[in-house]
Amino acid sequence: MAALRVLVGVKRVIDFAVKVRVAPGGAGVQSQGVKHGLNPFCEIALEEAVRLREAGAAQEVIVVSLGTKASQETLRTALAMGADRAVLAEVAEGVTAGPKEVATALAGLVGRLQPQLVILGKQAIDDDCNQTGQLLAAMLDWPQGTFASRVELDSGSVRVQREVDGGLETLRLRLPAVLTADLRLNEPRYATLPNIMKAKKKPLEVIPAADLGVPGGSPRLKVLQVQEPPPRAGGEKVENVQDLLGKLRQSGRI
Amino acid sequence: QSTLVVAEHDNESLTPITLNAITAAKRLGGEVSCLVAGTSCDKVASELSKVQGVAKVLVAQHDVYKGFLAEELTPLIVETHKKFNYTHICAGASAFGKNLIPRVAGKLDVAPVSDIIEIKSPDTFVRTIYAGNIICTVQCDEAVKVFTVRGTSFEAAPVSGGSASVEKLTPPPPVGISEWIEQKLTKSDRPELTSAKVVVSGGRGLKSGENFKLLYDLADQLHAAVGASRAAVDAGFVPNDMQVGQTGKIVAPELYIAVGISGAIQHLAGMKDSKTIVAINKDPEAPIFQVADYGLVADLFQAVPEMTELLKKK
Repeated sequence: MAALRVLVGVKRVIDFAVKVRVAPGGAGVQSQGVKHGLNPFCEIALEEAVRLREAGAAQEVIVVSLGTKASQETLRTALAMGADRAVLAEVAEGVTAGPKEVATALAGLVGRLQPQLVILGKQAIDDDCNQTGQLLAAMLDWPQGTFASRVELDSGSVRVQREVDGGLETLRLRLPAVLTADLRLNEPRYATLPNIMKAKKKPLEVIPAADLGVPGGSPRLKVLQVQEPPPRAGGEKVENVQDLLGKLRQSGRI
Repeated sequence: QSTLVVAEHDNESLTPITLNAITAAKRLGGEVSCLVAGTSCDKVASELSKVQGVAKVLVAQHDVYKGFLAEELTPLIVETHKKFNYTHICAGASAFGKNLIPRVAGKLDVAPVSDIIEIKSPDTFVRTIYAGNIICTVQCDEAVKVFTVRGTSFEAAPVSGGSASVEKLTPPPPVGISEWIEQKLTKSDRPELTSAKVVVSGGRGLKSGENFKLLYDLADQLHAAVGASRAAVDAGFVPNDMQVGQTGKIVAPELYIAVGISGAIQHLAGMKDSKTIVAINKDPEAPIFQVADYGLVADLFQAVPEMTELLKKK
């Protein structure tokens, strides 16, 4: 079991604190000159993998991403957080890839790198799709432990506690398996300055995404339009609790 | 044109979001079938057969469906699709649907569409991205459209008046790569968060998990469910299954009371379709006030107990 290799997929996204706006023309969102970072759920996935290695349950953590050249920066951050090496499946500027394309790339990387465990974030905070881990597991015919809040490796299997509606459930999955990280799995560490320096020397391989079977054309889902939702009309301020209850009674809400 | 809705249930009764998914399926036009898979599903199948708009209920019963594992349900859905050749396959965007539907899409080699809020035409769907901050219209050119449905965006289909035929399916052989061990459901006397008519939610302003008692007391007077912002979950005050927001639950009750919640985009995405929103926050600049119908600038530690007391008197 000590020879277990973990693959972590990460995504470069617009920073969660940025107020996203529709780009002129309405074909996408403004991403030029906007702060980007590692998708928060991917950070949790990576943290879990690093902890497994630190606990001696895994031997190596490889972090991978599908993206443009800019994603190298994201991978360096992941290396600074503790991944051993990185692989970027590079696409040309302007190419947009959806979860299906990402899962295809990841399946290709699994074939090359032979991990026994893949950990992803449960969703990316840009497209909010929540699909990639499930798609990948389907493509590989591996079991899936989505929305994981606790992961325990055993010989040949992994015990996963999952967040489901109304509580938690526990599954045992035969390895190799795909997991997706939920919020409460762990609290990711910050990359420290010495580790950021060290990460510059860690290996980062770049391969064309096309070599992994990712089609170069448009993604399978065509975005016809993006727009901002109609703003909700703001209401009124009330003076005190009695005033509030009066208004709620008047409107029949209580 | 025909749609398969994968029913969510617990072998006793249908999960409400399935009724919302059925409404979405009806909107596509064409025949609507429902698939019920479980360890003992006669009760649920008969419940479903009465739902308006459902033409056919397909039932697959086997011990292997214990825990509703995606690994076991997926081959069943793929087989069913091969037999009936649907144009659309969907389920509610709950933990069940989100886990299962993309795996089905992966096996069918199509790109799924997550959490749709509107159907423009049989191949054009509307969904939200960036935590509900942006609305995105997508066209899906796949041979079979595989998607999940946001429950709060579609009315529930009426549970009576239908008379669907019921057909038994032969389950494909078990896959056996995963095993369901146990579940721990949070016990609560309060209504369920996503179906409650009134929701009281707390944020980081509550300062601790113990202080959520203030909200439970208020909720008891209003027969309300209690939710929380992601900030309160991240701070460890309450479990994640209470989270309202883009990465938690989407709610749209008649009355939503946000207490000590600043109103981050990701939280607003989860509750902004509520009919009436009340915000109680001591910071008059908190963004939550921009969406609130009634805003009370006050210290929640005084306002909430006062509100509870006044409601008790009434």
